[in-house]
Amino acid sequence: MSQEIIQLSDLTKRYDSLTAVDHLSLTIQKGEVFGLLGPNGAGKSTTILMMLGLTEPTSGSVQVCGINSTTNPIEVKRRVGYLPDDVGFYDNRSAIENLMFTARLNSIPENVARARAVELLERVGLSDVGAKKSGKFSRGMRQRLGLADVLIKDPEVIILDEPTLGIDPKGVREFLELIAQLSKEEQLTVLLSSHHLHQVQQVCDRVGIFVSGKLIAQGDIPTLSKQLFSAEPFMIQVAVESTERDERLLSSLENLASVNTVKFLNGEYLIGCSTDITPHIARVVIESGYGLTHLHKKEYGLDDIYNRYFEGAVI
Amino acid sequence: MINNLVHRERGVMHPFWVIVGKEISDQVRSWRFIILLFLILLTCFGSLYTSITNMGNPAKAPKPDDAFFFLRLFTDTDGSLPPFHVFIGFLGPLLGIGLGFDAINSEQNGGTLSRILSQPIHRDYLINAKFASSLIVISTLFFAMGFLTMGLGLYLIGIPPSPEEFLRIIFFLLLSVLYVAFWLNLSIFFSIRFKQAATSALTSIAVWLFFTVFYQLIVNLIARAIAPSQMASPDQLLAYQQFVINLMRIVPSQLFADGTTTLLMPSVRSLGPMTMEQVYGAVPKPLHLGQSLLIVWPQLTGLVAATVICFALSYYSFMRKEIRSR
Repeated sequence: MSQEIIQLSDLTKRYDSLTAVDHLSLTIQKGEVFGLLGPNGAGKSTTILMMLGLTEPTSGSVQVCGINSTTNPIEVKRRVGYLPDDVGFYDNRSAIENLMFTARLNSIPENVARARAVELLERVGLSDVGAKKSGKFSRGMRQRLGLADVLIKDPEVIILDEPTLGIDPKGVREFLELIAQLSKEEQLTVLLSSHHLHQVQQVCDRVGIFVSGKLIAQGDIPTLSKQLFSAEPFMIQVAVESTERDERLLSSLENLASVNTVKFLNGEYLIGCSTDITPHIARVVIESGYGLTHLHKKEYGLDDIYNRYFEGAVI
Repeated sequence: MINNLVHRERGVMHPFWVIVGKEISDQVRSWRFIILLFLILLTCFGSLYTSITNMGNPAKAPKPDDAFFFLRLFTDTDGSLPPFHVFIGFLGPLLGIGLGFDAINSEQNGGTLSRILSQPIHRDYLINAKFASSLIVISTLFFAMGFLTMGLGLYLIGIPPSPEEFLRIIFFLLLSVLYVAFWLNLSIFFSIRFKQAATSALTSIAVWLFFTVFYQLIVNLIARAIAPSQMASPDQLLAYQQFVINLMRIVPSQLFADGTTTLLMPSVRSLGPMTMEQVYGAVPKPLHLGQSLLIVWPQLTGLVAATVICFALSYYSFMRKEIRSR
């Protein structure tokens, strides 16, 4: 299981003055769903293009399935399915003809390809429009046909570049469920790039956060929040009867062991602490004579991580 | 899917020919091809008609080309319409541009380019296949048209072509295909350079117009500016003529025109100026095919070179291009 299928080491891509990818090192294990997360222009697509050998790295190396993508892209592309963002099909051909074309390019025998195309169309829920021209397809349908197109070559790895962009929420959910299901059933390795945090959170085993060409953090989501908020892994929100700021309560909260910061914001006390001391806080509030109306231990989600990094906002 | 049945069996079509097949069927089904085909067929029959009506005219003085009666199908005219080969010289570029101007940028704009190139194929398959498929379409079209014209001519005038005439026509058709291939490559190059299909079409047409209309004007201007005085020696005059002609020959259409005239009019013995000494003693007899081919050999080489340069340029810029989605 713990077989390294994608290995990027010290990968750099420079355009004239801009460094799109900056000394990126990353390993992805076989069978995992990895989310590449970052704002637009962070270098996600460039990294993906380098993995497929569609653009050459300035320095560093890419190994996919143990093959160097820069020097031997054909072998890599045989094993990797790539769904570009905003995928296009030949508009004057039907969905099934488009799939058959891809299958032929992969030298899959005609009868096998046809059976598989029909099966895949069924799977992505397009079997009733298989004979229709793909020019008439909506964005969501194109994206699902794109997934079928990626799967027809029976890949070991699939790389999806912003796969959920421009699909309605229901479509997104179905699409992501399909990906999660496929990765489990087929033991597929999935690399998914996105700037939609919730979606990534939904399906990915691990995420990597990518900002201006650098991978600043990686791991599963609990690990990530620990990594990023190591000083204050716990944030406790407290509201009392009075909405006035009380210096006495503030200082007695600050004096508690393992409390790092206390802030008063919009009638709430925000207490950042290094261990979980919720019961102590509750006691302190009650002892100071206030009625406790609200006590909430905050969990860090990707949203907070996102804000922390991309917008520089302090939580 | 899941059944790991991806045998790389023998007898499966090579990916390159898969793309060629798809491109040909795309070309043939497209409206613009049908329109161009219609246009070319129309001119073809039009010029055939004028040449045939003109042939029946007995009042004409005998010409050295009379032995090649059949070739006159392609060169004769009564003046109302230009002859066949001039038409091809005029419409051929349009056909080439029409087939190539959106070769790569339409794939890019349709979002299919990155999808195709993420399949296990070499990158140059796509551009080679684009070129090969258009070339196959053009050759088929031209040869079909040439044979059709010959057949109709045979039926109407009742004189079969001699083997030499037949070979001359074959060479003429090959030259036409080569000429169109040049314009095809030029427009493919522009389709790689420019993102919008309209821009690349306009640029190709601009180049074509420049070469067919404005270049002659410019050469005339230069010729007038550097014209030697009346006192100039014959050597100087000859050098001057040669220079002006060479300037004209930079243009592919001039090369094509030179080539076709020599091939279809066997009495043409030189494409440059000839001195009296050279003409003196020459037997006024049409040249053999081999001799005509010798005369047009430089033109042929020039056209091939121009085509290869265009292809090399497009190949180079395509291989270096970064493939992004839309």
